[in-house]
Amino acid sequence: MEATVKKYTFKDFASDQEVRWCPGCDDYVILRAMQKALPEMGIKKENVVFISGIGCSSRFPYYMNTYGMHSIHGRAPAIATGVKMANPDLSVWVITGDGDSMAIGGNHFIHVLRRNVNLNIILFNNEIYGLTKGQFSPTSLIGQKTKSSPYGNTQPPFSPGELAIGAQARFFARIGGNTPKELTQIFIECEKFKGTSLIEVLQNCPIFNDGCFDKFTDKKVREDKQLYVKHGEPMIFGKEKDKGLVLNGLKLEVVTVGENGITEKDILIHNAKEQDPTLHQMLVRLRYPLVTGIIRSFEDVTFEERKNALTAEVKSKSKFSKTDDLFFSGDIYQVF
Amino acid sequence: MATIQSHKQHEILEAVIIRFVGDSGDGMQLTGTQFSDTSAMFGNDIATFPNYPAEIRAPQGSLYGVSGFQVHIGSVQISTPGDEVDLLVAMNPAGLKTNLHAVKPGHTIIVDTDAFTKKNLEKAQYDSNPLEDNSLENYRVIEVAMTSLTKETLKGVEGLDNKSITRSKNMFALGMVYWMYNRSPDHTIGFFNKKFKSRPEIIEANTKVLNAGLYFAETLELIPNAYTIAPAKMSAGTYRIIMGNTATAWGFLAASEKTGLELFLGSYPITPASDILHELVKHKHFGVKALQAEDEIAGITAAIGASFAGGLAITTTSGPGLALKGEALGLAMIVELPLVVVNVQRGGPSTGLPTKTEQSDLLQSMYGRNGESPVIVIAASTPANCFDFAYQAAKMTLEHMTPVILLSDGYIANGSAPWKIRSVKDMPEIKNNIVSKYHENWHPYDRNKETLARNWAIPGTPQFEHRIGGLEKDKITGNVSYIPENHEYMTKIRAEKIKRVQNYIPDLSTEFTEEGDLLVVGWGGTYGSLYTAVKRLNEEGLNGIGLAHFNYINPLPKNTETVFSKFKKIIVCELNSGQFAKILKINFNNLDLLQYNKVQGLPFGNGELAEKFKQLVK
Repeated sequence: MEATVKKYTFKDFASDQEVRWCPGCDDYVILRAMQKALPEMGIKKENVVFISGIGCSSRFPYYMNTYGMHSIHGRAPAIATGVKMANPDLSVWVITGDGDSMAIGGNHFIHVLRRNVNLNIILFNNEIYGLTKGQFSPTSLIGQKTKSSPYGNTQPPFSPGELAIGAQARFFARIGGNTPKELTQIFIECEKFKGTSLIEVLQNCPIFNDGCFDKFTDKKVREDKQLYVKHGEPMIFGKEKDKGLVLNGLKLEVVTVGENGITEKDILIHNAKEQDPTLHQMLVRLRYPLVTGIIRSFEDVTFEERKNALTAEVKSKSKFSKTDDLFFSGDIYQVF
Repeated sequence: MATIQSHKQHEILEAVIIRFVGDSGDGMQLTGTQFSDTSAMFGNDIATFPNYPAEIRAPQGSLYGVSGFQVHIGSVQISTPGDEVDLLVAMNPAGLKTNLHAVKPGHTIIVDTDAFTKKNLEKAQYDSNPLEDNSLENYRVIEVAMTSLTKETLKGVEGLDNKSITRSKNMFALGMVYWMYNRSPDHTIGFFNKKFKSRPEIIEANTKVLNAGLYFAETLELIPNAYTIAPAKMSAGTYRIIMGNTATAWGFLAASEKTGLELFLGSYPITPASDILHELVKHKHFGVKALQAEDEIAGITAAIGASFAGGLAITTTSGPGLALKGEALGLAMIVELPLVVVNVQRGGPSTGLPTKTEQSDLLQSMYGRNGESPVIVIAASTPANCFDFAYQAAKMTLEHMTPVILLSDGYIANGSAPWKIRSVKDMPEIKNNIVSKYHENWHPYDRNKETLARNWAIPGTPQFEHRIGGLEKDKITGNVSYIPENHEYMTKIRAEKIKRVQNYIPDLSTEFTEEGDLLVVGWGGTYGSLYTAVKRLNEEGLNGIGLAHFNYINPLPKNTETVFSKFKKIIVCELNSGQFAKILKINFNNLDLLQYNKVQGLPFGNGELAEKFKQLVK
């Protein structure tokens, strides 16, 4: 990064707009984590752009003192793709929710991942439509009672990570919305990552879906129910750091270190950089423990790199440098 | 090389209309294009009109699989591909059946007799063979066994399969027509050499068949006379033949070079707009950035993103695609960013008639968005001026900071005509509203006092960090505002901004006469048809008929009502049920308008228009 970048503090990234989320919403935590992460990234403030869709989370850009656009429902990844293509020097962030990106914007979500545009997507997953006051979303659970499913939801949920990896996501992280330090750290990591990074934040909605992630994210159970993976480290979790993952045939299995002859050496080492996403998909699917942290981080050629290389090649071979060269080429004729 | 000297008497004609028809696999589009290009090089004015089925390869011999290409050539100014055909080349019975009605009685039909088999006649729903039952006795029919002659010609050429041999019969037909109209085959042979560079046997085959057709026609007793079309009088300069869609693409290239702003295209394939995408992706050397998006919505939203980031952003589509882009267009309007949306209209509603022409998206372009969401709407009116109006659309969107919809249609987009080449240095200047020097009183919604255009602060520029979005904006800061009076103010100012564009567009002018009995009014792609019809009547001595053709639709030219007031009757002619007439009535309460409408997926015929106008001035 450029040495001339001013040393910012989190205040530099707070806009003058009053934050209007509901009291107790995890969105406040995510906002503050982002404002703290940006000064660590060494990017000039004027080069940061936040693009959001529609939903509670999509108000985010208004609260960031950077360039931003609060756009229309589901389309932020496409808008962000245009921003990044027009100016690849910008640090582009997409802010979206489970309704915005898994339902109305599903198409743009999978295609931005497939292309591997070098931008970052933060998906605020609260398994509910908040802004429209409590309908079930594509990540709501079967049986979940909501305003639009009073007798229980009948639509099986998407798992954003599974969908993303199926769409060739090269970077996927999942993180609880109540862990600010980890959030900040992951934001910094995903900015460093070259390609599309997707972070699913398990974000509690205190009004319409309160406690939906408590069984994984509550401070009392977190260490026992979550496995926070780090590249190159064994996949160990639990208050006593005695539980771990091993592969049993084609399934992941939880084992206890010290029982049945299992030692730490038997525990799988996390390799986020592996190209083959099979194990990453298995980690995403696991419900006990719920895997958080950077699950996949495989660096690949980005969309802009491919485009730029092709453009350079075409330019080097082209006989046209001005439109006159084109317009007056080929079959032209004179009228006297 | 054939020499085209003939001892025969050549008839000098002012203009001739030729139509090539056959199966969609018969190469009719190529044949027609070659003939029109060659004629243009010869100095004729031309207008072409391809008419092909939506199916890529419809069942062979079927009526709906007929593909056609019409070319109008002449030594006078040609405005349309014409409607009554002087020469029909029919490669099969289905082509004859579906096009016979267009041939002028007494004029010529060339048929490939080999294609008039029992099976093909059945497919074309003929009860008896028209070549044998005297049903064509009002025409001059030239029967040629083109398929057999082609096979015979290619005997002994190495490396050709049966299919390639049969397929080159279109060149036999072309050769005959070249001879009839005194054209050299050189341009087409040059084309073979370029196109099939790596396949010498194909070059040889096509050249042989083309020449065979030419020699055949020369010696054929059945052709009673031949025609010579003298070069047309056009203003001096360098010309090329250009298709409307190519001209549109090039207009944007020119605007990009003029402004130094990188051209960004977000698009999704759709007929008949895709050729603009195909053309622009070729030009990465001019810095064009193109995204073939996952859908129409991504096409426009990516363009909005590129515009936010400082690009000259466009999106291209056709009717159904414009419907999908509606919400995003509203976003571009409220955030007041530059964006051009090209809509190459086709027959609607829904999927409608994808390969046919129509002007039925006008009201959609004007009003097809939620809320009060005015945008600039302009329309190109000839294949060649697609260039000027694409350039103009870019100029207007950058100068006025509001989206522009540029309307074209299948007729002018696929049609080609001579274009007097324009150099970027001769094109009008384009200003923009980019800000770069920050001052403390700056706000995102500060406006230019004359145009009301918002300033354009581009990400990457220090100190201008700001947020925009689809929620209503405070009139100065651009922050979210729910204040009732502010919403009304903003609604009015967005409308006023469009209205003020009137100060920057040319006045409406009339052709033929400035006052009189009848004013013919049209807009967009019907110009050629209307011009030709009114011209014909003026030549016949009906001098009270004028033509006012609109390219600027929203806003309308300031003097519109004044122009209209000088005529006793006004007739608005459109390829829809009266959409522009509605707009005129909304704008001018007292107007008494007549209408002439056609919704058949086809352009106007000159004959039908002239007939109608004549009745009105009687």
